[in-house]
Amino acid sequence: MTEPHYSLFYVFHFYLFGVLALASALAFVTRTSPVPAALWLVNTMFSVAALFVMLDAQFIGVMQVLVYAGAIMVVFLFVVMLLNLGHPSELAAPRGKWWKFAAGLVGLGLISEIMVIARAKLPDQLIVPTDFNEKQLQKLNAVGIIAEPLFRDYLLAFELTSVLLLVAIAGAVVLARGRAAGAR
Amino acid sequence: MLAESLALTAALFIIGVIGVLIHRNAIIIFMCVELMLTAVNLTFVAFSRFYGAAGQVFVVFVMTVSAAEAAVGLAIIISIFRHRETVNLKDINLLRG
Repeated sequence: MTEPHYSLFYVFHFYLFGVLALASALAFVTRTSPVPAALWLVNTMFSVAALFVMLDAQFIGVMQVLVYAGAIMVVFLFVVMLLNLGHPSELAAPRGKWWKFAAGLVGLGLISEIMVIARAKLPDQLIVPTDFNEKQLQKLNAVGIIAEPLFRDYLLAFELTSVLLLVAIAGAVVLARGRAAGAR
Repeated sequence: MLAESLALTAALFIIGVIGVLIHRNAIIIFMCVELMLTAVNLTFVAFSRFYGAAGQVFVVFVMTVSAAEAAVGLAIIISIFRHRETVNLKDINLLRG
């Protein structure tokens, strides 16, 4: 695998946003109140969006900010507001000592699995080839590099996505409307 | 930067898993699932530099599905809250035998 040479500027900012994402994720997972958790998660999403841009996926980075940090997290905050959560009496306490212990064990198991996979010898077809996207990115631009395969090779999946979204909208409306309005 | 991206992905995913396991607030558990999806998206993007832009197309699909999932899941949470007045998973045990 030959990776291109990266400047110190690039490497520094890559690590900066990586550490920001990790720290925000840790702060997120240790909150018990939903609103601070949501705001820390927004911070994580922004840092990951910056990493997307640095990894030559500019369009995905913009989508990350718009869809995740914008739309989805706002929906979460709206639900917190609708349910009027956030009083100390209503805050769900995290699980007890043994659950935390078990969660730590699961985390250790996943880490050790990654360690084993990192040391394993990969078959040839799984070994990463040399840089491919650089040339594509110069030929097409940041949007074209996604639009070409999306509207050619994956057109059927793209059209089916619209059906999925329609079903999700209908399902959300039916579920959230409640029994009182449905009886009428 | 591939190795660093994959390490970050693993760390974020594990943080998401641990969050799902230790929390009892249904909304926070949902957010942890979103974090795990984002971590997987980072893998797709990191590999798409070497394998071509199909990985980025998959990220678009993952984002769409997670948006749909968030809408339906939060509607379910609202519906449960209307019945039980709680989002604490300890108190939502209707399906327990």
